[in-house]
Amino acid sequence: MINLEFIINTISLGSLYAMLALGLVIIYGILRLVNFAYGELIMVGGYTLYLLASFSPLPWLFIALLAVLVAMFTSLFTELVAFRPVREKSLTAMLVTSFAVSTLLQNGALLIISPRARAVVLPQIFQTSVMIAGTSVPWRNILTILTSLVMLVLLTLLLRHTVLGIALRAAADNFTMTRMLGVPANTVISAAFAISGIMAGLVSIFWISRSATVTPALGAPPLLVAFVATVIGGMRSLTGAVVGGFVYAIVISLLGVLLPPGLLEFREAFMFVFVIIILLFRPQGLISSKTSVERVG
Amino acid sequence: MNLAARLKPFDTPLTLVGAVLFLALLTGLLGIPLLTRIVTVMFVSLILVLGLQLYMGNSGILSFAHIGFMGIGAYTSVLFSMTPAAKELTNSNLYPFLIPLHLPFLPSLLIAALVAAIIAAVLSYPLMRLSDAAAVITTFAVLVIIHVVLVHWDRVTNGPRTLFGVDSYTTLWTSVISCVITIFAVYLFKESRIGLRLRATRDDAYAAASIGINIVLMRWLAFIASAFVAGVGGALWAHFITSFSPYSFYLTETFVILAMLVIGGPSSVSGAVIGTLIVTAAREVLRAIENYINILQIFPGGFFGFTEVIMAIVLVVILIYRPTGIMGGRELRWPGRRRLSPPVEQEPVRNRNV
Repeated sequence: MINLEFIINTISLGSLYAMLALGLVIIYGILRLVNFAYGELIMVGGYTLYLLASFSPLPWLFIALLAVLVAMFTSLFTELVAFRPVREKSLTAMLVTSFAVSTLLQNGALLIISPRARAVVLPQIFQTSVMIAGTSVPWRNILTILTSLVMLVLLTLLLRHTVLGIALRAAADNFTMTRMLGVPANTVISAAFAISGIMAGLVSIFWISRSATVTPALGAPPLLVAFVATVIGGMRSLTGAVVGGFVYAIVISLLGVLLPPGLLEFREAFMFVFVIIILLFRPQGLISSKTSVERVG
Repeated sequence: MNLAARLKPFDTPLTLVGAVLFLALLTGLLGIPLLTRIVTVMFVSLILVLGLQLYMGNSGILSFAHIGFMGIGAYTSVLFSMTPAAKELTNSNLYPFLIPLHLPFLPSLLIAALVAAIIAAVLSYPLMRLSDAAAVITTFAVLVIIHVVLVHWDRVTNGPRTLFGVDSYTTLWTSVISCVITIFAVYLFKESRIGLRLRATRDDAYAAASIGINIVLMRWLAFIASAFVAGVGGALWAHFITSFSPYSFYLTETFVILAMLVIGGPSSVSGAVIGTLIVTAAREVLRAIENYINILQIFPGGFFGFTEVIMAIVLVVILIYRPTGIMGGRELRWPGRRRLSPPVEQEPVRNRNV
């Protein structure tokens, strides 16, 4: 059961989940906001793919780029309109806001496009496979792995070697102090939302390449995956997000192989029980950050 | 001592109950079926919102699990209240030992609420140690777990398929009476020793712990009570709607209940009541508009989601301009000077907007 195909599939799933978790953690690190609207950014990316691929003559690579950009601008827009005004108020206000934004985007898609699933026209490369060491590997999986590698390298370069990146990391450690040292809060937060949007856009391409359809409720499953992955890895650490994404992929693939068929459909419930256990014994996640007060007793 | 002075400590629940009874009487007298339906559902929603307020308002921690316990209440009550014949008809896959169970409505409802409370007690004790984002994600995880179990445990719940054939026991008056009891219960909880201590932990967890308040225990008790109320709400709802599926107890319903509480003001009982009244009225108007546009067929693909879009926008606007809700943590009170007699905390601790 555990052969090369299984391993490559799991790595590909892991890199997808790592990107997914990174987009959630980068906002959480700075704002302490669990962004419920994150899944809807993926949905927005998906609808952009659907609309452009069906109704425009643009080449696919360009369409994919536009989908990422649209997800990014949606993310920035929600920050500007909804999160910025409530940011100073309270954590609960911010959480409820993100829940409201999620409902808003989801029902907006329902209202503007349709409650029915739409088929997305995918380029040929997503349907073909390549033979590696005697097993057929879909190109989709190879592209997922390559994209996430590129994104990880770019993100690391950004965070290590640019002023913005250093400001982002400083803000994640101690936002108040960072602001006192003259880093504008709005710029840092907008940058975090932009990165989150880019991640959501990229994930939307690969997520949709698996099902080839898009619905208004598309955002919920990836959001749940991102939650679990970030909790496993550590809500405050970007490395943790990547680790969490891979751990999630490995555990869910193994559960798929090892669980008896009768319990297979409860796989998600098992995953969330796993989350609760991790939060109880290691609320800071596998990779912890220096400061964390999530527990009172 | 005259009657008004005696009743003064209970002015808030009495005012709220008065308002609820007035609405119910008006609806009963008018006798319009559609209005009766809307008002009955509103009272059931009010019970759910009050249940959420009991935990969220007093502890200051957002909980997403509430609707899950509503679902548990709904399914458990139905297992007891349906006739064996109806059960076999709707779910041929049911465990055999569940089929002969048959009780009147009231015991079914109480058992359902108890089951919800027991499950909450078992699941939540360790979770009560968590604060902030971890607390929110775990309650969200609880909601997902309950949802997955309801969807897949088809030997109890009929799986993702609709469960039909439930007897319609919930009338306007059953829901009103339950509502009145819930209002008193939630208010008395808030003013009780446990409620006061819990509110102290909400306003300053460290100060509360330093004077010997057991934060985890207080939160746990409130969470159990809250799940009990949610179970009652779920049972009432199930016997009003009479056919439902696990998808009725998930994110859409959570959003509605949360919007009602947050718009009204989560830290007071009056806020929960006012939020429910306003949001129900607004939703019905919006839904009427949505239906009317659908009938006119202006849009070829149908016109869905309008109500939710507007509700979400209103919710965000409320959070921006009045994050403590319409009531802002205050209760409705009768005018006049307050008597300085027990219970000690006459003035509620001002919500510090945690």
